Amino acid sequence: MKVLETGFNKAFESRIRLGIMSVLSVNDVLDFNALKEYLDATDGNLASHIKALEKEEFIGMEKSFIGRKPNTRYFITDLGKIAFSNHLSALERLIQSQK
Amino acid sequence: MNKEKDYIKDLAEIRQMMERSSKFISLSGWAGILAGIYALVAAYIAYTLFNFKPGEESSITPSDMLNVILLALALLVLALTTAVFLSYKSASKRSEPIWNATSRRLLLNMAVPLVTGGIFLIIMISQSHFNMLSSISLIFYGLALYNAGNFTYKEVKILGVILIILGLISACFISWALLIWAAGFGLMHIVYGIYIQVKYKR
Repeated sequence: MKVLETGFNKAFESRIRLGIMSVLSVNDVLDFNALKEYLDATDGNLASHIKALEKEEFIGMEKSFIGRKPNTRYFITDLGKIAFSNHLSALERLIQSQK
Repeated sequence: MNKEKDYIKDLAEIRQMMERSSKFISLSGWAGILAGIYALVAAYIAYTLFNFKPGEESSITPSDMLNVILLALALLVLALTTAVFLSYKSASKRSEPIWNATSRRLLLNMAVPLVTGGIFLIIMISQSHFNMLSSISLIFYGLALYNAGNFTYKEVKILGVILIILGLISACFISWALLIWAAGFGLMHIVYGIYIQVKYKR
């Protein structure tokens, strides 16, 4: 995990990833389609960002079946919560300092 | 500075995402105001035209009772249609889908108390117990709103609690039932609608 000096987290350097973290931090679990709706992203794009966040262990997933259809649901991990809130604080600090 | 603008935009977007994904905010205050007006009109019609006076069972004929039930159903359909239509309009203005994970959860959470209350009402009507209809409808609708408050404006929760209290009061004072019902479904909806419209929409 790369944390820059200022407290910024490289893992959150894209709009979609910020979106995923924001949405998951206020919802217990969300499935792929719900994420897609909220973020207005394409399947491939969203999947690659999810994978990146999963690799950092900021989000986790659970697989289940609805009838016969597989359903993947995502949630934010404790590590992810801390990292995201640090990132937000860093953003705030930066904006404050530049005022 | 360019970068600074970016960060502010980031923060704004984050806040918007959090809100959009956890709160259903397309519900217009007008839906509440109109539903309240419909309810007042319906209560007036039930009282004057159909002689619906809870607490004086003998005064109402079976055909009038049927009319009151049909009136209540029409009111329900009209209020729901208005709410859905206005929400749809407000959502499409912000180019957001009205049917998303948040609205699904909102409806699911409302459905459990609403369907329970609806079935309870049908059972009461089928056994000719008309005294508690006002009370039951207020209480179960209030419970549904209380649940819904988790997924939309928090004021909905307060409205729910008020309706539950009115429902309980109405159960104690049967002869006031229609008036209390009109206060709950009519007046309270209107007050709520105006409040939402003034506070959030303008």
